Amino acid sequence: MISYILRRLAATVPVLFTVAVMVFLMLRLTPGDPAAIIAGDNATTQQILDIRTKLGLEQPIVQQFFIWLGGLARGDLGESFFFRKTVFELISERIEPTLSLAFLTIVLAVVVAIPLGVLAAYKQGTWIDRIVMGFSVIGFSVPVFVIGYLLVYIFAIKLGWFPVQGYQRIGNGVGPWFRSLVLPAFTLSVIYVALIARMTRTSVLEVLSEDYIRTARAKGQTEMKVLFQHALKNAAVPIVTVVGIGVALLIGGVVVTESVYSIPGLGRLTVDAVLARDFPVIQAIILAFSFVYVMINLLVDLSYTIFDPRIRY
Amino acid sequence: MSAPILDIRNLTVELPKGADRRNAVENVSFAVYPGEIVCVVGESGSGKSVSSHAVMGLLPKGQLKATDGEIMLEGEDVLQATSSRLRALRGTRMSMIFQEPMTALNPVVTCGEQIDEVLQIHTSLGASERKEKVLAVMESVRLPDPAKLFDAYPHQLSGGQRQRIMIAQALVLDPVLLIADEPTTALDVTTQAQILKLIAEMQERRGTGVLFITHDFGVVAEIAHRVVVMQRGRVVETGTAMEVLKNPQHPYTKMLINAVPTLTPPVREERTGELALETVKLCKVYGGGGFFQKKREVRAASDVEIRVRRGETLGIVGESGSGKSTVARCIARLIQPTSGGIVVSNIDIANLPERQLRPHRKHCQIVFQDPYRSLNPRRSVGASIIEGPMNFGMSEAAAIAKSRDLMNLVGLSPDALDRYPHQFSGGQRQRICIARALAMEPEILIADEAVSALDVSVQAQVLDLLDDVRKTFDLAVLFITHDLRVAAQICDRIAVMQNGVVVEHGKTAEIFAAPQHEYTRALFEAAPGRNFQFARVA
Repeated sequence: MISYILRRLAATVPVLFTVAVMVFLMLRLTPGDPAAIIAGDNATTQQILDIRTKLGLEQPIVQQFFIWLGGLARGDLGESFFFRKTVFELISERIEPTLSLAFLTIVLAVVVAIPLGVLAAYKQGTWIDRIVMGFSVIGFSVPVFVIGYLLVYIFAIKLGWFPVQGYQRIGNGVGPWFRSLVLPAFTLSVIYVALIARMTRTSVLEVLSEDYIRTARAKGQTEMKVLFQHALKNAAVPIVTVVGIGVALLIGGVVVTESVYSIPGLGRLTVDAVLARDFPVIQAIILAFSFVYVMINLLVDLSYTIFDPRIRY
Repeated sequence: MSAPILDIRNLTVELPKGADRRNAVENVSFAVYPGEIVCVVGESGSGKSVSSHAVMGLLPKGQLKATDGEIMLEGEDVLQATSSRLRALRGTRMSMIFQEPMTALNPVVTCGEQIDEVLQIHTSLGASERKEKVLAVMESVRLPDPAKLFDAYPHQLSGGQRQRIMIAQALVLDPVLLIADEPTTALDVTTQAQILKLIAEMQERRGTGVLFITHDFGVVAEIAHRVVVMQRGRVVETGTAMEVLKNPQHPYTKMLINAVPTLTPPVREERTGELALETVKLCKVYGGGGFFQKKREVRAASDVEIRVRRGETLGIVGESGSGKSTVARCIARLIQPTSGGIVVSNIDIANLPERQLRPHRKHCQIVFQDPYRSLNPRRSVGASIIEGPMNFGMSEAAAIAKSRDLMNLVGLSPDALDRYPHQFSGGQRQRICIARALAMEPEILIADEAVSALDVSVQAQVLDLLDDVRKTFDLAVLFITHDLRVAAQICDRIAVMQNGVVVEHGKTAEIFAAPQHEYTRALFEAAPGRNFQFARVA
């Protein structure tokens, strides 16, 4: 087990290295000069050139890459071209809203979706099943921004229950923090509720036809416990996989939601950095995202051993 | 006689509309008295499992429904019981064990917890009392080291141990009725003998009434006090075990008893055809591990040497894990042997790369155990049969013509070629599998437990068919089986395997007359109903 984890951790190094090379090259190949953006519309060619030299963009690409890589190896993510802060500072300022939003969204999705999925499986073919599955189709098909603006219109503007936009740091109290996140988290979670509920239904349905379910009933176990103790744990592996994929996709999804709700998180930072061609920031964020992906995958794989004792690494 | 603990009166269970008959069971009546083992015997579709599930209230909702009759458990009609009353009865007054102990136990819960669950549901005992009780019942079903097995998961146990866990779970609260639904069918013969003994012993000690569902008259002879014979949802005969076995009245009962193959092999002439297949020191080692991992090797076959002549049937007999299927798969080159040689038509195919192996593939064909899973459900049977010959260059028209001939040969109508596997019965599907194998014009036919999943009456027919095609095409047949009775009937010679090693081999008649190896003797010892000479009844 320990050796498995160590091997998996060691395997992240080549993955991240490949990502680093790709990101670096792609940014250098896309049109748009950060120096020109920093210098502004009225700058002279000489001014732009000076800025380029200052930022180190005049050096050969390979050399730039190794300078950056050397910094990374020392734990130095570099300095933003645009914000006059280190990349590390920028990311640590912005990470709290993003993590809060992602965490709340996935918790909400799991808490809503799994009982819905189990219920739909248990009531397979009835109107309850059809309503749940119908809802899940709607959840898949309606775009995030439509749901977002709709919810803002109803619950923030008309009813005034939640703030229209903005974010309250958790340091300012859990209440305001939670209120500021309810609408965005709900918006984001809709598609994951649909996805996880569907997966749960399929997976539980398959398990419900197994012999040990019949055994549990033959023991006199109640239907509730048959479903949630016997069936759900056996159905867990595919569900956890989908939740894992969901968390990974979520991080991409926050870009849109943070824009809709004006939340100053990593998603907004990404958009700003891309518009400003702020290479060090973009590189660091993408690298951080890939690291998170790899770690989530590892966690998902490890969680299998909790749900299914037959899986051992 | 005292009052029956279970009294089924005129039970009728309706099938969903569109089924091949109206009722799954019709007007069924029988009783189980305290301390008695009643065997309900019948083939698939006879309604024996439906009756037992009806007693437990476990009929699949929305599909099967008891429409008439009464099921009296100690005077209480369970058909009228509310679902909470039924739950209270299950596990306390009546309990059930199932055919496949691997799938009947929850794979993600420890064995101890699964037994404990019964106590949690039905008693208010504290944790330590419960554990004590669980360990005691585990001890009483002769599980080795209960304290250790308490925390083990089902997959860490052997098949026999798993069934013991099931029995412990069923008996922990001393129910008056134990329903055993084919509890030994999925087990090896030696394990089966132990489990049958255990059930008889527990039943005697606790005075439990046992309703034992089986299709195997060998098992009936071994364990039954009384017998109920069912056919197509009706009870056709009941009586004491001796009456029914020695003097069956109903033609269906007679047919079932006659279909049990005897353990006495018929006289067979010596086969002298040319050598079709020879293995030389064939070995297959599984596992091995890689970096960082501990090496764990399993020698599934070691130094196996067998020879089969054309026109001859060689039986490979053994229990699960003996390596008999591994040998078959190596010979068909579905898996690559680790070392040794496989000589077919004077060429060693053991290590041929796939490209050079392909021409040899048609020489050797396999018929698998489960005809439900070995035919692609989305392809018509015709498409399945012609695929092989067409891969080897036969034109479609010629392949279809050939498949029509083959359908006739295996006793099916050529018009059925357009149909899909689910439209056939198990026996018909196995015939199709044989036709598919024969379409390749093989020299060697491997039958890997080819009749094990079939009802006895169908089994006899498929065995006859296999013997016919052997004669017609002068085939070398490798017959893999765990069933000594079947082996006795069809094999010219037998190789007995245990743990990957051929421990004994020779002519069938000689081995059955005087088994030399102790394992072979143990197999004979365990064959159910061995002491019972099944009468050929007219």
